[in-house]
Amino acid sequence: MALDPKKHAMPVQDPQVRAHNFSEVALGYTHEMAIDEAKRCLNCKNRPCVQGCPVNISIPDFISCLKQDDIEGAYNVINKSSSLPAVCGRVCPQETQCESKCTLGIKFEPVGIGRLERFVADWHNANCKESPKKVASNGHRVAIVGSGPSGLTCAGDLAKAGFKVTVYEALHTEGGVLVYGIPEFRLPKAIVAKEVDTLKQLGVEFVTNAVIGKTLTIDELFEQGNEAVFVGSGAGLPNFMNIPGESLKGVYSANEFLTRSNLMKSFRDKCDTPIMKGGKVVVVGGGNVAMDAARTALRLGAEKVYIVYRRSMTELPARREEVEHAEEEGIQFELLRNPVEILGYHNPDNPRDERNGFVTGCKVIKMELGEPDAKGRRRPVPVEGSEYVLDCDTVVIAIGTSPNPLIKSTTKGLEVNAHGGIIVNEDGLTSRANVYAGGDAVTGAATVISAMGAGKVAAKAIIDSFK
Amino acid sequence: MYKILSRKELNPTVTQLEIEAPLVANKAKAGQFIILRVDEDGERIPLTVAGTDKKTGAVKIIFQIVGATTEKLNHKKAGESIQDFVGPLGKATEIAGKKRVCIIGGGVGCAIALPVAQAFKEQGTEVVSIIGFRSKDLLILEDEFRAASSKLVVMTDDGSYARQGNVTVPLKEMLEAGEKFDEIITIGPLIMMKFVTLAAKPFGVPVTASMNPIMIDGTGMCGGCRLTLTEDGKRVTKFACVDGPDFNAYEIDFDEAMSRSRMYFPFERKAHEEICNLYKNA
Ligand SMILES: Cc1cc2nc3c(=O)[nH]c(=O)nc-3n(C[C@H](O)[C@H](O)[C@H](O)COP(=O)(O)OP(=O)(O)OC[C@H]3O[C@@H](n4cnc5c(N)ncnc54)[C@H](O)[C@@H]3O)c2cc1C
Ligand code: FES
Repeated sequence: MALDPKKHAMPVQDPQVRAHNFSEVALGYTHEMAIDEAKRCLNCKNRPCVQGCPVNISIPDFISCLKQDDIEGAYNVINKSSSLPAVCGRVCPQETQCESKCTLGIKFEPVGIGRLERFVADWHNANCKESPKKVASNGHRVAIVGSGPSGLTCAGDLAKAGFKVTVYEALHTEGGVLVYGIPEFRLPKAIVAKEVDTLKQLGVEFVTNAVIGKTLTIDELFEQGNEAVFVGSGAGLPNFMNIPGESLKGVYSANEFLTRSNLMKSFRDKCDTPIMKGGKVVVVGGGNVAMDAARTALRLGAEKVYIVYRRSMTELPARREEVEHAEEEGIQFELLRNPVEILGYHNPDNPRDERNGFVTGCKVIKMELGEPDAKGRRRPVPVEGSEYVLDCDTVVIAIGTSPNPLIKSTTKGLEVNAHGGIIVNEDGLTSRANVYAGGDAVTGAATVISAMGAGKVAAKAIIDSFK
Repeated sequence: MYKILSRKELNPTVTQLEIEAPLVANKAKAGQFIILRVDEDGERIPLTVAGTDKKTGAVKIIFQIVGATTEKLNHKKAGESIQDFVGPLGKATEIAGKKRVCIIGGGVGCAIALPVAQAFKEQGTEVVSIIGFRSKDLLILEDEFRAASSKLVVMTDDGSYARQGNVTVPLKEMLEAGEKFDEIITIGPLIMMKFVTLAAKPFGVPVTASMNPIMIDGTGMCGGCRLTLTEDGKRVTKFACVDGPDFNAYEIDFDEAMSRSRMYFPFERKAHEEICNLYKNA
């Protein structure tokens, strides 16, 4: 059989249809497609894809199993390095990781590694009903702060080694960004719920509505008998632009907009939590968060959605697939643009006019790419006098988040860097004895796979420290 | 789930509940708040802690029925449970080092002002309280305030009880008569807090206002609770849930806060009507 130069296309919902629903966009490979795609792997000797994977999954080995239709075997290979394959197969930026290194990719399209990972994980979840077995206790107790991918992974690895693990989560639902940030149409919440359920079967206890630093402090977690603490509290603090008009009604941080829709379910008709729907929406930013906010706004009924990003398409940091999907759905990209002011309605004759204080537009300025900065990224510079107004009713700011200072400010001796990230050594150990940290709380906003990897590293260090 | 230990109607629109939440009861200090959800699909709303009992693990909350969520909460009976209850959130009111303070509460805000007054009294601070209500039937916690204060002035807008007028009237009189306060603490409707601040300004008394904007998480994650303050001539954004809820009232942009508080008015009105109809038909 001749080698297909292209990856097997991912079956997707029709763009016209999916722009109005919250069901998953990418439908997943069929069994046949997966086997055919697996056969495109050359099984090359130097295995560059493995280096491209932040947690070094033995990619060619799982693909070899798939070639022989041993799907459970493939799953077991992935599971050695990753705890969340159904999640990572969907949300990893494969084009800058494993697939960017694929030998096939030099001449053709690389193997669709992410799609295969997703297929294997989904097949396992659908077909393997065996419930995970509790491991005999080793008598040690560990507390985990935060139930995002780093916390869940650390909890799972520790529970499998016999630790009694309690996960404390500030919100009312477990999953971190996977439930409050990433929308249903990209990552169905049932997948996250299943991962949490598996951990519960392993004996992990979850305490929701517990804000560490407020409800309990880290010192109190130790007083209660925990011998180690892992902090996976993420990078939840939203950045604003500090331009005029940011406090007008209709201006949201992406975190607020997505939390209202995803966690609080305001995308449903019958829901107690309000969100501004419809009209024209401007989303500021170019990452995954911006794409998610824009596509959520569209699905909530917006007539027009703009993405305003200050660099060009080449620099846009979001996953390529999400950008393509957004374009297909009709999101309009206003590239090389930067907001300078948000405009609002003001009726000087009637201070009681109900429309007063609501957003009416977003003034943007054109940008040009200048000299590269220290990181080699070309710095956008404003073109003087080029401002114009995009009429809109809602503005969503998705220009990044920072680690929340709550834990640092309530934990003596916990050191953080200039960006608020918790400082750790190569084992994930912080400046406090027996306190470990990982994920976005350490790195600042990053990726699911790196957070998961950090959870694994810390779990291993904790296990070793009790040997 | 969090059990309702007791329920008491303070007036036709204000209800007090005690919720079993030992972790919160253990920690909460005057001025801090909690966030709750009534049921599985409920919204998250912030309510200030009105008192705690460490022995029983009870946290007292007092709320006014203003929308769908508080309507639902008001239909819960003692012995029933609510879905979520998290806290204590925000910073506690700073009470240390003050000898004489004036506490000004308006409407249901008095429920939040009371524990602050009590905390001051407990540490030996002299408390003068001014509490205001629209009319006699909305009056709450008068006896409790009297017990916590060396002097109490009650005001009603319509004159149906005690003195007629709003809370700024006696405040101005006291300040003009030369009464000295280390601090004025005001808790109530935004418009009242704005006018208390304006009334106090010429006398140079520090004023602290307790803000209660729309919130979701209460941990600094969404920014929905943001306020604009003017600090040293510069406008800065603060998150009420983590930087507050208490702020230097002279720095707060009250007009912006009032505007933001009305963001979902039409939605809330509709949701409240729907819920009321639901209970009527049931
Ligand atoms: C909208 C959006 C889209 C994204 N898309 C992608 C993508 O496509 N691909 C990708 O790889 N990455 C993506 N990311 C990034 C990725 O989700 C994060 O890097 C990852 O979730 C970080 O995991 P974490 O475990 O460090 O923290 P989080 O997932 O942030 O979880 C932290 C948890 O800790 C809780 N918490 C915080 N403070 C406390 C406290 N004091 N006490 C108790 N609990 C606390 C929080 O409530 C939260 O549940 C996206 C992020 C967002 C916001
Ligand atoms: S309520 Fe979300 S940041 Fe304050």
